[in-house]
Amino acid sequence: MLVLLTRWQVIHLLPVDWFYRILTLHGLVALVVWIVFWEMAGLLFGSTIVLNARMVAPSVAWASFVMMVVGTALVAYTVLTGTADVLFTSYAPLKADPLYYLGIILFAVGALIVIGLFFANIIVAKKEKTYGDGPLPLFTFGLLTASILGVGTLLPGAVIYVPTFLWSLGLIDSVDSIIYRLIFWGFGHSAQQVNVAAMISIWYLGAFLTVGGTSINEKVSRIAFLFYMIGINLASAHHLLVDPVPSPSWKVLNTSYFMYLAVLASMIHAFAVPSAVETAQRRRGYTKGLFDWLKNCPWGNPAFVAVFLSIVIFGFIGGVTGVINGAEQANMIIHNTIAVPGHFKGTVVGGTTLTFMGATYYLIPLIFRKKISLYGVAKAVPWMFALGVVTLSAGLSTLGYLGVPRRHWDVTFGGGPFTYSFPAITDMFWVVAVVGGAIAFLAVLAWVIVVVVSVFFGTPVRGKEDMQLTLSDIPPADDNHSGFVAPGTFALTIIFMIAFLIFTTLNWGWLSVMWEVK
Amino acid sequence: MAILAPEKGWFHKKVAKDEKMWIMCATVVALALFAIMVLWHLVGKQNPSYTVYNTSPDEFYKMAQANWKKYQIGEEAGIPVVKPAPDSDVYVIGTTWRWEPVLILKKGAKYRFHVSSLDLLHGFSLQPMNMNFLIHPGYDYVLTFKPTYTGDFRLICNEYCGPGHHSMIGKIVVED
Repeated sequence: MLVLLTRWQVIHLLPVDWFYRILTLHGLVALVVWIVFWEMAGLLFGSTIVLNARMVAPSVAWASFVMMVVGTALVAYTVLTGTADVLFTSYAPLKADPLYYLGIILFAVGALIVIGLFFANIIVAKKEKTYGDGPLPLFTFGLLTASILGVGTLLPGAVIYVPTFLWSLGLIDSVDSIIYRLIFWGFGHSAQQVNVAAMISIWYLGAFLTVGGTSINEKVSRIAFLFYMIGINLASAHHLLVDPVPSPSWKVLNTSYFMYLAVLASMIHAFAVPSAVETAQRRRGYTKGLFDWLKNCPWGNPAFVAVFLSIVIFGFIGGVTGVINGAEQANMIIHNTIAVPGHFKGTVVGGTTLTFMGATYYLIPLIFRKKISLYGVAKAVPWMFALGVVTLSAGLSTLGYLGVPRRHWDVTFGGGPFTYSFPAITDMFWVVAVVGGAIAFLAVLAWVIVVVVSVFFGTPVRGKEDMQLTLSDIPPADDNHSGFVAPGTFALTIIFMIAFLIFTTLNWGWLSVMWEVK
Repeated sequence: MAILAPEKGWFHKKVAKDEKMWIMCATVVALALFAIMVLWHLVGKQNPSYTVYNTSPDEFYKMAQANWKKYQIGEEAGIPVVKPAPDSDVYVIGTTWRWEPVLILKKGAKYRFHVSSLDLLHGFSLQPMNMNFLIHPGYDYVLTFKPTYTGDFRLICNEYCGPGHHSMIGKIVVED
């Protein structure tokens, strides 16, 4: 919020040094601290409670938790005292205090240990046959994908932060800026792929808990997770599309995510999750027309609403912009403009964060054994947050397409040798962005209040009658029918594809009227 | 069932007709997107360059100075104004926190821009065209531009480079 109010020139709240400091902290807290802590908890949950298994080494889990907290504290300390004004990406040769890099290394190693523990837990569970003879449940399988991606993420993190740490201490002369960017994004973007895999695991979980939906074909869903494992980390290469050195063939090969294997996987999940909901609903008898099943979904259950809205936002905003931004030439249009934050408001915020917020509602009664306080507020939060994030993202993305840079304290270029004014219409989109940001901010605040009040001051859950979020029963078995199993989902995905193709065509059209360059 | 092991025979269950159609459709689109990137190199006019030389800040600075001296026609706001011959080499330096020089170009001519930084990373962002590239120290990035519009253009920095980042703005004029 502080960042937005500064960027909006009408208010221009923070002074320049504090703006970049808060922006650094904002990136770290939103992309790393909140998400990774939540995921680590999810991994431990998915490998023990879901599998009905035991935690192999609780003391190790606590040790890694302490490391992550200390790491976070070091980073927050250096950033707030002004010795690490390097923003989230900390591109060398921009230099921060050694403690900053040390904090990140500690955090990453802590996370790596939790992942190791996750592997250990599922191996022991498999041996002790705690979840039967068959393969892992789909939810845990998805988390396994996330964990393997996590290892592939944290290793490049270590590879780049260790030399950068030594360089900051003065033990190494220099760190090459292109190598830094290449390896940093092996960490920075892959971390987001971990989020995607974890988020989609929770979508499957949410479909099951709220309406009893099961993937219509588990083989397809699992193969899609496998595609992530093969293809998705290569996607990180799209950060270097307008850098010197990498060749066009390297760029095309990598950013096509090896022929869009990961994009394809996401599109498969985009069908698999809604169709799981649709088939479950149809088996309950909501078979009229294309969308009767959707109309009769549990719209009063905030966890369901969160999953549903996050699928829509992640697909229509995050997915569409992501694939286009990742095309070699089209990247020229938005690189480092404020459309980039616009894109990840659609992925990490509208997708992952919203999913995690909704899932937290299940954790309150199931783990903390407390009723959700202020239930009415809790129910409104996903709608409000989604509305805010969509508005914010639309505002930022449009500004980016009009050329407004990201990470910029003053877009009127005060103190510069020349002046430049962005098109007048940008004034309006700043208002859109600020309004959206404010709504999303209030929603987060409300959510935090709900969670804190419930966990610390809530009334205990004594039994089934105290559960506000019902756990769905399993719908009646399928009566055999041929043809389409999920026509409504099919229609929705086709609408998505049309929107996607329109936006793609627009982008290439805009590109074709620019100055020529090669 | 997401939290239970899959039912027996899950691996041999047939994929539903609609799911199969959707996967086919998604695969075709993915392949088409892949093809566009390759085709654009053949028929498109806007492709990021792949010509780059190793250099050092000192060496690049000397080369730029020599080039500017040849074509300098004045000074504006303390920055040299350079009008390079059409179809020649152009040197642009990004440094905290300025872009040098001011350029006067001719519409329709091709210029080999050599762009590099003397210190940190800088974002080469041409407005209002909104074409964006990333500039590294130690690398001479050669972008061959052909301005297709006349007018007053600005070069802004869109990669964070310290507290004066927002005042980093340069000027390019394209004449007929």
